[in-house]
Amino acid sequence: MKQSYFDSMTNRNRVLKIANFALLCLGSLLFLSPLWWMISTSLKTMKEVMSYPPTFFPDEWHWDNFIKTWEAAPFELYTINTLTITILVVVGQVFVNSFVAYGFAKIPFKGRNVLFAIVLSTMMIPGFVTLIPQYVLFAKLGWLNTYFPLVVPAFFGSAFNIFLLRQFYMTIPNEMIEAARMEGASHFYIWRKIGIPLTKPALATVAIFSFNGVWNDFLGPLLYVNDENLYTLQIGLQVFKGEMSTQWNYLMAGSLLVLLPVILLFFFFQKYFIQGINLQSGGK
Amino acid sequence: MAELVLKQINKQYDKSVNANAVTDFNLHVKDEEFIVLVGPSGCGKSTMLRMIAGLEEITAGEFYLDGKLMNDVPPSNRDISMVFQNYALYPHMTVYDNMAFGLKIRKTNKKEIDRRVREAAEILGLQDLLKRKPKALSGGQKQRVALGRAIVREAKLFLMDEPLSNLDAKLRFQMRAEIAKLHQRLKTTSIYVTHDQTEAMTMATRIVIMKDGLIQQVGTPKEVYDFPENIFVGGFIGSPSMNFFNGRVVDGHFVAEGIDLKVPDEKLSMLKGLGYTDRKIVMGIRPEHIVLQSGESGQRYEPLSTKIIVSELTGSDMLLYSSIGDQEFIAQVESRSSVSPGEEVVLGFEMDSAHFFDAENGKRIKAYDPEKSAIKVREKQFSAEPVLRYV
Repeated sequence: MKQSYFDSMTNRNRVLKIANFALLCLGSLLFLSPLWWMISTSLKTMKEVMSYPPTFFPDEWHWDNFIKTWEAAPFELYTINTLTITILVVVGQVFVNSFVAYGFAKIPFKGRNVLFAIVLSTMMIPGFVTLIPQYVLFAKLGWLNTYFPLVVPAFFGSAFNIFLLRQFYMTIPNEMIEAARMEGASHFYIWRKIGIPLTKPALATVAIFSFNGVWNDFLGPLLYVNDENLYTLQIGLQVFKGEMSTQWNYLMAGSLLVLLPVILLFFFFQKYFIQGINLQSGGK
Repeated sequence: MAELVLKQINKQYDKSVNANAVTDFNLHVKDEEFIVLVGPSGCGKSTMLRMIAGLEEITAGEFYLDGKLMNDVPPSNRDISMVFQNYALYPHMTVYDNMAFGLKIRKTNKKEIDRRVREAAEILGLQDLLKRKPKALSGGQKQRVALGRAIVREAKLFLMDEPLSNLDAKLRFQMRAEIAKLHQRLKTTSIYVTHDQTEAMTMATRIVIMKDGLIQQVGTPKEVYDFPENIFVGGFIGSPSMNFFNGRVVDGHFVAEGIDLKVPDEKLSMLKGLGYTDRKIVMGIRPEHIVLQSGESGQRYEPLSTKIIVSELTGSDMLLYSSIGDQEFIAQVESRSSVSPGEEVVLGFEMDSAHFFDAENGKRIKAYDPEKSAIKVREKQFSAEPVLRYV
């Protein structure tokens, strides 16, 4: 019988590999195209942005758009503001949720399951339902035009993160906690010395997700912060959006700059991002 | 160094289910004793240990440690250290830090911590492993670290919950000796839980045999081996386990289908005195008390001819499986004897070493049975007896 090229396992695998690779390249190009559109827009003149047919590559590469963008508003201040909020929220989310999750996973008490179910059920309430009551509450507390409404809730736990961390804690054998109890450790001590170090991957996931959420939050600051000195980056970007026209090139340049930390974060913590997604889908 | 008193301890997990995990547990543990709780899985032995540790609440009863009531003392304040089956080492800490953990909590000064950890490491042969993480240790080494962690604290009482069951057979054998050695050296009162009767027999000062949450018997390994209180203990302790025959005592002989063995005079008069003649009775005899007889019948042995079904050579001994009527039994004979399956042989039963059990309640028929002569409460005998003896 005549041997065809595909009869050999190595050849077959090679062809499959190439086909696979080509397909993946095509897919990633597809998914990268919006990002490229953003980059290319940020480098064009306003005229070229509006030109028809649109150009995929800028005719002239206006790198100075970035400098102009940065100078158009006090972005240094906005960066500091955003960072302040972000750091506080991330710290709050990581520690408070971890603490609560430890309790739900490792301290037996009456009504634990019921309480946990109640916590979880808050996940089912759409954020917009509570928006107005929350606004009223914060207004009555006199917290409007401060960062309190943006930061304080992070210190009161979030159902999803509690759930995520609790699942992670469940994988730590009870004996380990019991052994520590026998050695004289309090639950707080165990949480600090054993719980936190052992749940680092999950904590990283929580940190990354909350960083992402706060950094990109637009609605929160928009609602609660009116003072220009308290603006965050996301609000700051609005300077390029006028009533009549929007300066797309500057807006895109600004957006790119603001996006930069998130992209960097993704590059450095890819592993945890993926782990986090696995945790979410129960793949762990 | 500690003395434990456990009084009428009961444990009920679920109030709606009317079943106890542990019922009326009474035990007085003396200083420096090595007590082994043994029984099949689900007998309540681990639950009992966890109640002593403080990891489970005591539903009813009192637990005193050195005269102090411990029921409501949290585990961290009991001054008890515990070794777990799965070692429960902290994976992110080195061996050194694992062992020092408890001392650090107690704010012991650094020099003292260092001295104690190194001393324990030396006892257990862990000197070279102190900087490693648990992941880089073998099962036996991990268990050694767990033991080390327990001994550095110099707690009053050691609890061990099946510490050897995750190890392979050879290592288990080794660690068994090591734990025994450790106890001889430190003399700390210890309570050890296992389902392995060999571990219990080899390590214990006294064994507590449990079943269904009830103490079946408390005694030294020799006592429980030679004088099992009931059929369960007889069958549980010893390997291969005791043979049991259902039958009756008629005309001074133990009779069953295919069996007719003369009962020694002393035992016979006891059985007669207690009215067990011509009543359903269970005879128990250990495999090593059955020998292979070649021709002439010895004085001590009652002959019984039977057909061997399977013969197993264990090395030092040979096990002969055989059956009479529908009752199977095992004889443990010399390894040099050559018996092949299917062969007809004469086995000698050493009837002086046989035990007789009441067929109804499973208790061993003894010459002096205080309950039989005093109050006749059949059902309660099972649980109440050891209580009277040991508290």
